Amino acid sequence: MRLEPRQQASPWLNVAAPLGAALLALVICALPLALAGADVPEAYRLMLAGSLGTRFAITETLTRAAPLILTGLAAAIAFRARLWNIGAEGQLYLGALAAVAVGTGFVPVPGFLLLPLVVVAGALAGALWMLGPAWLRLRFGVDEVVTTLLSNFIVLLFVGMMLEGPLQDPMSLGWPQSAPMLDEASLPKLVERTRLHFGLVLALAAAILTWLVIQRTRFGFELRAVGANPDAARFAGIAERRVMLKVALFSGAMAGLAGVGEVAGLKGYLTQDLSPGYGYAGIVVATLAQLGPVSVIASAIFIAGVFVGADSMSRAIGVSSYIANLIVATALLTMLLAGLVTRYRISR
Amino acid sequence: MTAPGQEPPLLRLRGITKRFGSLVANDAIDLDLAQGEILALLGENGAGKTTLMSILFGHYVADAGTIEVMGADGAPQPLPPGSARAALAAGIGMVHQHFTLAMNHSVLDNVILGTERLWSWRQDLAAARAKLAALIETTGLAVPMDARVGSLSIGEQQRVELLKALYRSARVLILDEPTAVLTPQQSALLFTTLRRLAEGGLGIIFISHKLEEVLSLARRVAVLRHGRKVLEVAATGTDKARLAHAMVDRPVELPKAEPQPVGAPALELEGVHVAPAAGVEPLVDVDLTLHAGEIVGIAGVSGNGQRSLAGLVAGTLLPDRGRLRLAGAAWPQGGPKALIAEGVGRIPEDRHRQGVVGDMTIWENLALEGYDAPACRRFGLLDLASFRRRAQALRKRYDIRGGGSETPARLLSGGNMQKLILARVLERGPRLILAAQPTRGLDIGALAEVHRHLLEARARGAAILLISEDLDELMQLADRVAVLYRGRLGPARPRAEIELARLGLEMAGQGPAGADAA
Repeated sequence: MRLEPRQQASPWLNVAAPLGAALLALVICALPLALAGADVPEAYRLMLAGSLGTRFAITETLTRAAPLILTGLAAAIAFRARLWNIGAEGQLYLGALAAVAVGTGFVPVPGFLLLPLVVVAGALAGALWMLGPAWLRLRFGVDEVVTTLLSNFIVLLFVGMMLEGPLQDPMSLGWPQSAPMLDEASLPKLVERTRLHFGLVLALAAAILTWLVIQRTRFGFELRAVGANPDAARFAGIAERRVMLKVALFSGAMAGLAGVGEVAGLKGYLTQDLSPGYGYAGIVVATLAQLGPVSVIASAIFIAGVFVGADSMSRAIGVSSYIANLIVATALLTMLLAGLVTRYRISR
Repeated sequence: MTAPGQEPPLLRLRGITKRFGSLVANDAIDLDLAQGEILALLGENGAGKTTLMSILFGHYVADAGTIEVMGADGAPQPLPPGSARAALAAGIGMVHQHFTLAMNHSVLDNVILGTERLWSWRQDLAAARAKLAALIETTGLAVPMDARVGSLSIGEQQRVELLKALYRSARVLILDEPTAVLTPQQSALLFTTLRRLAEGGLGIIFISHKLEEVLSLARRVAVLRHGRKVLEVAATGTDKARLAHAMVDRPVELPKAEPQPVGAPALELEGVHVAPAAGVEPLVDVDLTLHAGEIVGIAGVSGNGQRSLAGLVAGTLLPDRGRLRLAGAAWPQGGPKALIAEGVGRIPEDRHRQGVVGDMTIWENLALEGYDAPACRRFGLLDLASFRRRAQALRKRYDIRGGGSETPARLLSGGNMQKLILARVLERGPRLILAAQPTRGLDIGALAEVHRHLLEARARGAAILLISEDLDELMQLADRVAVLYRGRLGPARPRAEIELARLGLEMAGQGPAGADAA
């Protein structure tokens, strides 16, 4: 058996391959499910019901998908330009911190301006945090994988310091949590009596904006050229550094927005456990989406669904909800396989 | 030795067929190679030469057909498909166009690499050394055995490749475009060696698209076109015109440069100095004036400063000393973009690395230097429809084949990729054109096309700096030729005053340019 490059993958295959990959992941994960003593078809049925079966389930999945879309976009646009931003988690927390700083009355502004300001402040905080790693990379060639990853821990500790210091809620009885967001600073609910909030719309708009930027602007053209062949881009006169800097800022802003959505739409205040690793999961989301901004929406919903469904299934039949991590990880591997299949033909 | 054909052939290919999707790369090809014979395999890029050799060497598996190699006992043995190891064991050796050598290892290490058992505690270096010494002795392929391969010249590295194949007792030797990187003198030396090896009983398959060397070296010539073997003749019974016709299925006329008056200086280099640095070839006090409407050729073996000279004119490199002037004015500051805006067209040496973004489409690549013009935007967004329309027109005008506008550029053949770059560059009507190795690796059809476009630009009044290793090309196109050797540029002399043999010597450092260097 050997691999030979395909001349061109059919559009059909480009759609079928990721779906097949997701399905294959579920098939593979039947084994650990069975080993855990579950009735496999029943477990998957419960997962499906728990993630998409009811109106409530659907809103839960979408609520979970909103931050994943944004962190997925952060990774997708950066990876397109071969800027390896692994720091979305930290940028998310900084975005949330900025949102809280503005949205709890810390800064006096008229009410109608408060929400836009919260959103802008969050995006800006995430973006500016990327300046450091981007500068180190462009000026000294320091590997941004290391700097962005390590900067996550700086942010987490900084957030902890702020939550036990200036931003701590005086009413929290000593808990490290911020004051609640003002009503004018909060994102409205999308569906009454559920947790689904306007952050989803924000995320969807961001995905479409990102697609537009990548496909239809000079900056997008440049970033695709730089990402696909930096030598040729430089030869054509594209200012690689400037492009990379803009990509870094854009990527950080997306992650920052994810943090805004979580505090201003969902939780209402900032704690140190705001994100269960959305920043890192964004990398998986982007990879599953093969770095396409619109596909990020689908892949974020898939991953959110797996997590929400697995939670619900584990409550019902007692299999650990860690199975969700296993499914997502397996899906990542099968997706890489699917990528291979779309690019190569397997022959005897 | 008996005449070939009367004994069983050393190698016999029968009905080799290989499809890639809808493309038939090899269509029922039969080929025989006798002991002691040099067979030239001729064809345009994409004709199926490389595919056929890859099948022979086990990189690909043929859809149909058989390969037989004469065994040690003289009886033909079928070669198991898809195994490079089996091919090596059967005595098939291959010298690739791009060498497969470990540059930081010694010659000896490179030669024995892969011949030893993987899970062995000890190396028998003494025996290997003796065997290699004997091989060098009998073949005359002189190389220092303990030298680091990276420190050897290209010609010497090629000898290491040959030794590598012979060390494994190759009985069939395949050479893929072996002269592409050599000076005429080095090529002549290689041919002498190959003839001697053939006399010793080695069967040699020589892949090329240089007709002259094929006729001088080979005993038999097989021509492939569109995956089919269209001609197989004795080299003595044919001529260049017939072979060229068989290769491209149409008479190829290489365009000639008609003399024409030149205009004002378009490019001036005065005392240009580039200091040696990592990955930068030095230039020493280079003076050159290029006029509108003339082509100045820079001859020389790669690595003597061509890359830096090209980099200066392309805007990717700045001189450490001296100055450049464009059409009598100061050299534009601001890199490639400023140069493009000032009418400098650049054809890079390495198409794949610098010329195109392989994963972007043909239309995107055609827009790579013009996407940011205000005319290309509507409501602030790129007007993709106008890009596509333009690409459609350019593909037609420059005859870019091998896919539609939406095809990724990496799937284009070398010739079509070069036409894409030409289209992008020439459509802007540049007054100065840098053409760095513009026909390297191209077949004769694409080569003629590139030449025609360059001559048209010259007739239009563009000044062209043609950097090439192909002396035939320089003698055909250039109005004046200068030799670059170790960073020093000799005087640019009119073509009529130049002898090819003398040029070859100067390229090797024995001439005006070299004398200065000493």
